[in-house]
Amino acid sequence: MTFYLVLTVNSVTFGGLLFLLSAGFSLIFGLMRIPNLTHGSLFMIGAYIGATFVIGLLGVKLNFWLAAILATLAVALLGALAERLLLRRLPGDQLAQVLVTLGLSFMAADACLALWGGDPLNVPTPDGLGGFVRTGIGAFPLYRVAVIAIAVVFAVALWLLLDRTRLGAMIRAGVDDPDMARVVGIRVSQLFTIVFALGAGLAAFAGIIGGPILSVYPGLDQDMLPLALVVVILGGSGSLLGSFVGSIVVGFLYNFGQALLPELAYFVLFLPMLLVLLLRPQGLFGRHVP
Amino acid sequence: MIARTLPIAVAVLALLTLPLWIGGTYYVNVTSQILFYAIFALGLNVLAGYGGLVSLGHAGLFGISSYVVGYMLQLGYGHTAAILMALAVGNVSMAIYALLSLRSTGIGFIMITLALGQILWGLAYRWISVTGGDNGINVPTRPAPFGLSLADSGNFYYATLVVFLLSVIAVAIFARSPLGAALMGTRDQPRRMNALGYHVLAIRFWACLFSGLLTSVSGILFVYYTQFISPQTLALTSSAEVLLMVISGGPGTLLGPIVGAGLVVVVKNVVSGFIERWNFLLGAIFVAIVILMPEGLVPGTVRLWRLATRKRAPAKAEIKTEGKP
Amino acid sequence: MSRKLTRRQMMAATAAGAAAATFKFPMPAIAQAAPFKLGLLTVKTGPLAQGGIQMEQGVVTFLKEKNYTFAGRKVDFISADTGGNPAGTKTKAQELIERDKVDAILGPLAAFELLAITDYVRDQKTPMLSLAGAEDMTQRRPNPYFLRPAASSSQAMHPMADFAAKELKLKRVVTISEDFAFGHEQMGGFQQTFEEAGGRIVNKIWPPLVTPDYTPFVAQIADCDGVCQGFAGSNPLRFMKTYAAAGLKYPVVSGETGGDDALLRSFGDEALGLYSCCPYTLDHNTDSNKRFVAAMVKDYGVEPGFYAAGLYVAAAVVAAGLEKSGGKTDDKEAFVKALKAVDLKDTPRGPIKFDHLGNVVGDFYIRHLEKVNGKLVNKTIKTYKNVSQFWTYDEKKFLQQPVYSRNYPPLKT
Repeated sequence: MTFYLVLTVNSVTFGGLLFLLSAGFSLIFGLMRIPNLTHGSLFMIGAYIGATFVIGLLGVKLNFWLAAILATLAVALLGALAERLLLRRLPGDQLAQVLVTLGLSFMAADACLALWGGDPLNVPTPDGLGGFVRTGIGAFPLYRVAVIAIAVVFAVALWLLLDRTRLGAMIRAGVDDPDMARVVGIRVSQLFTIVFALGAGLAAFAGIIGGPILSVYPGLDQDMLPLALVVVILGGSGSLLGSFVGSIVVGFLYNFGQALLPELAYFVLFLPMLLVLLLRPQGLFGRHVP
Repeated sequence: MIARTLPIAVAVLALLTLPLWIGGTYYVNVTSQILFYAIFALGLNVLAGYGGLVSLGHAGLFGISSYVVGYMLQLGYGHTAAILMALAVGNVSMAIYALLSLRSTGIGFIMITLALGQILWGLAYRWISVTGGDNGINVPTRPAPFGLSLADSGNFYYATLVVFLLSVIAVAIFARSPLGAALMGTRDQPRRMNALGYHVLAIRFWACLFSGLLTSVSGILFVYYTQFISPQTLALTSSAEVLLMVISGGPGTLLGPIVGAGLVVVVKNVVSGFIERWNFLLGAIFVAIVILMPEGLVPGTVRLWRLATRKRAPAKAEIKTEGKP
Repeated sequence: MSRKLTRRQMMAATAAGAAAATFKFPMPAIAQAAPFKLGLLTVKTGPLAQGGIQMEQGVVTFLKEKNYTFAGRKVDFISADTGGNPAGTKTKAQELIERDKVDAILGPLAAFELLAITDYVRDQKTPMLSLAGAEDMTQRRPNPYFLRPAASSSQAMHPMADFAAKELKLKRVVTISEDFAFGHEQMGGFQQTFEEAGGRIVNKIWPPLVTPDYTPFVAQIADCDGVCQGFAGSNPLRFMKTYAAAGLKYPVVSGETGGDDALLRSFGDEALGLYSCCPYTLDHNTDSNKRFVAAMVKDYGVEPGFYAAGLYVAAAVVAAGLEKSGGKTDDKEAFVKALKAVDLKDTPRGPIKFDHLGNVVGDFYIRHLEKVNGKLVNKTIKTYKNVSQFWTYDEKKFLQQPVYSRNYPPLKT
């Protein structure tokens, strides 16, 4: 019984982490129609930068949350630069977008290896979250429960941003019909940069939040990117709710698949995505077919 | 006519005599690799270039053929049976792959093929009773057609070259055939093609099968070359790599994928011996191509060449490339 | 293209010059020897780079110590990055053998890389010294040109199992390791020795090599009094973390990669108490080891682990073999024979020699991970002397049983 309970809690935690990673991916995908294959790299760079300050590799040791904010801002800036300098030259050209985002991810992976070396970085759990939550049915690591809470807070904040603010209204308009949005005077160009920076920052934040669970190591980018893709396809691009549900579903598929059907674990992980693509190409909560 | 045939004749002659002048079996082997990766890239180019269908799961199909060869040999069958079976399984897989993925185009097609590629990789990686998982499958011998042992790297090179030339001719014929023209039509004007009475889906399906055949052939050459197959061959990175060969060389051209294959193989295998950060270099090259030659190396070079040689009409040349979607 | 031609011409020119030097003039002893070419297949990019970079550091440290001279011959060192995948390994092996014409190859790192090139290297008759697992390379399908100066996959696990059963008094153990040959063979060795000593393996868990989160696997650990992990690369770090986060407290034992000294700079307190058995130990108290550690710290700022030490020793074996063959490498069979006859009394890992199949016979150290003055250290608590790949078993009988695998020895129900 505890076995299933542990798996369940972990599925939700992992789902929360995936939500942080894929929410931005989904918005970029939905709004800009860009298959951003650097998203795994952004996650990894965020984790590396954050870990650098949490561990104090440069002699500067920061509080975990401060380091997380710093990493988020730094990567958001990187994302904005990549969008301004490269991606906006290629509107609608998917071949070129694939080429450039893959090229960037090659460069990012190799640069991380050159800068941080091959040794994995162990990110300590933030102060005060190292213990266990003891309940009647068992003990759960406090940090993993905290990750769920963080994901929920971010989900609500993002929902408020999209649903209750002017910026959100513009983003939604852009997702639904970019041409119309432009006609009614929304500065789509500026919007794209903001969304890309937001998505990049969220990925980086996920990276550092995931640090104490996953640690930081070369190859982390390639481990995470396919998972983010699955989430977005399942949930539907441009849909926050879709990302949320998709993340939790993938969290469960991943955990239970690995534990119960190890030989077919990846089959179990990717098959639902295929089914969704075939039966409901826009994703569970997507508005239109990409 | 001579202006067109002469470079081709020189190129073929150079390839035929290559082991004599390239200076060592190592370079012969590298060229063999370029050739079979070029076949792979040509196969993907049929879809991504001529058809506008960007597949990010082709390494899965490539790997299926390789695994079938390895598995058949492991079961004790001969090379002929293994190769035939690999072609058959490769094409059946491609048909299924096409039926699933052709429901969508554009970015949707990228995503479905990526998912299919990941499923195939996942099976190779975790279905250990068949694939051996990370341990891979060893292919102890290379075949000896007509008594010519391909264990010799020179012979292997010539065998690959023959298959390569046949593939190039096949793709050239395809591109000029009604089917090829129709495929390019479905890429540029799918609705109009439909209105004109073309069966867009059928055209794309046949293109997929042709692409799959070339992919299978290159997968078989690959497994005989490395004599080893493991899940890494099917990974997303491999799919991305071959797609990068196509895009960097020039999608929708005959020469582009070949040049792209040469670029990637040389950077990966030769340049990496001199530059430690070759992955970074490769990434930087791709980004630079997008910025400087968005249409790919081959068409880009042609454009620059025209700019340099015909000074009087640079504007015209630019308009031409800009106009191409 | 033109650059390639130039380089080739240049190489042709040097080769011609060298040939002229050897054939035309009977030279005195020093100049007659062409440089000895030593190739290294390692992984410097991608996820496996951690161990690969250390491998190169180990070799270079030894070369520097010998001033790049073995048996009077200058050593040309050529390092090749396989990228950690089998196809790349094949190409790089061809590069070393066909283009650079190396006299011996060190590496590669991973078992699947080794399996991809072993036939080729045997056909090319190039001696290869690797630390990769793949037991049968020195057991049931030996490659006569292959030497393993580090340890076969199960070599450290036999003594570890002996220690776990007899001194830690463990009775019921769950094994968990990556789902590939190296993991299978490690756990197989552990199971055989542990069960013969009266213990019992209650479950075998096999996460894939790439596993972002170990929780689904750790959740299956139950009904036992100890755990044996055989992770490699950076995976031990993540496993120990997840293990501790799950609140599990059973003692954990592991092999050379699971408790590698090089991981100590990344490990946190969650790894305290880990037992590991390794053919090299950082605290090995000899001058040669102190010299090696000091050189590594000086040049790279890191304390060496199993990968660096393994390749340092491999290079030392090559140097000693060349000395034995009188500096000659033309007769490759004689050179391999000389390599296998190497018997070193003093290396950083202690004395080593080879059995007739080319696998090392040497000391293995059981270490306990402790915190001393705020720093994590592997403290050696017991030394098993002269351990061979066959442990205490009869070689013939051992070779008759199947190679350790996922299902051998089978789990008792």
